[in-house]
Amino acid sequence: MQLKIVLAFALGGLSVVGCAIRPSDSEVESATARMLQTSFKPRGQATVDRLNQDEVQAVCSLYKGEPPEAAREKIEKAQQTTIRYPNSGSLLGDWRQGERIAQSGVGKQFTDDPGRPAGGGCYNCHQLAPRELSFGTIGPSLYQFGKLRGSSEAIQKYAYGKIYNSEAFSACSNMPRFGHNGVLTEEQITHLVALLLDPDSPVNK
Amino acid sequence: MADPMRIRANMAGDKVEVRVLMSHEMETGQRKDASGAIVPAHFIQTVTVTHAGKTVLSAQWGTSISKNPFMHFRFKGGKPGDKVTISWVDNKGDRRTDEVVIGGG
Amino acid sequence: MPFYRLLAPVLAAMLPCVSLAQQDTQKEIERYRQLLQESNPAELYEARGEELWKTRRGPKSASLESCDLGLGPGVVKGAYVQLPRYFADTDRVQDAESRLVTCMVTLQGFTPEEAKRNPFSGTGVPMLTTDPFSGVGRRSVMTDIVAWVASESRGMKIAPRMSHPKEREAYQAGERLFFYRAGPHDFACVSCHSGEAKRIRLQTLPDLVHSAKDAQRAFGTWPGYRVSEGELRSMQWRLWECFRQQRFPELEFASDASIALTMFLAKRAEGGSFDAPSLKR
Repeated sequence: MQLKIVLAFALGGLSVVGCAIRPSDSEVESATARMLQTSFKPRGQATVDRLNQDEVQAVCSLYKGEPPEAAREKIEKAQQTTIRYPNSGSLLGDWRQGERIAQSGVGKQFTDDPGRPAGGGCYNCHQLAPRELSFGTIGPSLYQFGKLRGSSEAIQKYAYGKIYNSEAFSACSNMPRFGHNGVLTEEQITHLVALLLDPDSPVNK
Repeated sequence: MADPMRIRANMAGDKVEVRVLMSHEMETGQRKDASGAIVPAHFIQTVTVTHAGKTVLSAQWGTSISKNPFMHFRFKGGKPGDKVTISWVDNKGDRRTDEVVIGGG
Repeated sequence: MPFYRLLAPVLAAMLPCVSLAQQDTQKEIERYRQLLQESNPAELYEARGEELWKTRRGPKSASLESCDLGLGPGVVKGAYVQLPRYFADTDRVQDAESRLVTCMVTLQGFTPEEAKRNPFSGTGVPMLTTDPFSGVGRRSVMTDIVAWVASESRGMKIAPRMSHPKEREAYQAGERLFFYRAGPHDFACVSCHSGEAKRIRLQTLPDLVHSAKDAQRAFGTWPGYRVSEGELRSMQWRLWECFRQQRFPELEFASDASIALTMFLAKRAEGGSFDAPSLKR
């Protein structure tokens, strides 16, 4: 009994000391929030409201990009409902325009002209057309994407949806939700779908 | 007055090995600033290296030489303790001369 | 600088070997880096920085020679590698650049705004839209001084302090900021800085989440002279530039968030060799 009391005090004492050396979660939380508020200023098109997270961003931040199964499913299901398909019904655009959009890394930065269409910056993370050696490896290679999968309606829908909102398929994906966040237009996305699926596209050669 | 050059000169066998870093914008005259106006060309045109009254290296540079140029070369006939003098003149008539004493091997 | 002009044809020659491209590309990038080590224009900034440290400036016409960077007034050798750390006189955690702002204000009489003005050097030409600080040939006093201060820690071990509660708080806040996803691209630092051997286009990315070695190499090479920009870039600049590309609003120079992130990164890089100012692509 005495030992238990001694232990309780010891642990209590330790936790008190611990609080003095280690900030509590809520202290870190408020310190972080304070820093976000005071350390950024608006510039060009980049306003400070961009720091406000939507639910998905908040959950993904909390889980450091690796959400548990339940949260993952919830996000993917919810994000699936955000996908908007073009009125024309056709998901296959022009692969030549697609290549230009894939190459272009401009858009949404405070140094970018808001009047100029954004690019997808696809080569920043992916291999696409083999002739382009300057490609990133943050995402998987998309070389021969269409050649390997065909260009059925189902694949078109998948490719379009993935670009529109990647988290509808992979919660907390590193890939920006290009359509949902208004970075790329529906039309631009159809051109990227063509880049991936059109048999004449260099991606499939 | 331009920034001083950073020069190192040492013996490498029977040759003097010189490394020189020059501080210069080397503006090509092709670039535009934020307002869209051409940034005027400003670049080193001639470089002369002398030792014991003789020219050991002479260079004519143009706009393909990049900013803060670095040159690395060797010449015969120098020994530790000798002075090596390096001069440059740019297209605006600005100039800079610095010297270094040759170190050991 | 003819060496990097060789890079394009070399890479083009490797076109048929798509499957080997990853390895060969990496080797060529390393070879290019090695060739660049011959000379480093950072020396020019360091020389100016040392001069500026000793120059009387500002309303008080004083030099920075009694500036305390954590090892006592005027002690510069080894100061950079023990930052960020807590400072009692300001009651906050500070990195090298924010500490220089403090000294410019308290010792030289500048206002904080004056001290933080024009923190990044530039020639005024937005070549790659990475140089919005216009003014042709404009030098940055802050960049010159931080180049010299960093050089006085060259070869030493990265060892930020982590004993004061505010230091721990800064580290943990920095960690949260690292994973903070926001903006139209849903980017956080982790979006690019996690995973083995990742690169954006041809720029290799240090894995700051899993690899201590990557973190050491990254933190140990900033400040660095960027050949492609013809400018020396500091850690504060690196963070500013990251957030710009993340589509965030503008990160304030020497702000608390920048210090917290620097603390997080410095702690991750603990024990590594400080090889700055370095030479970068």
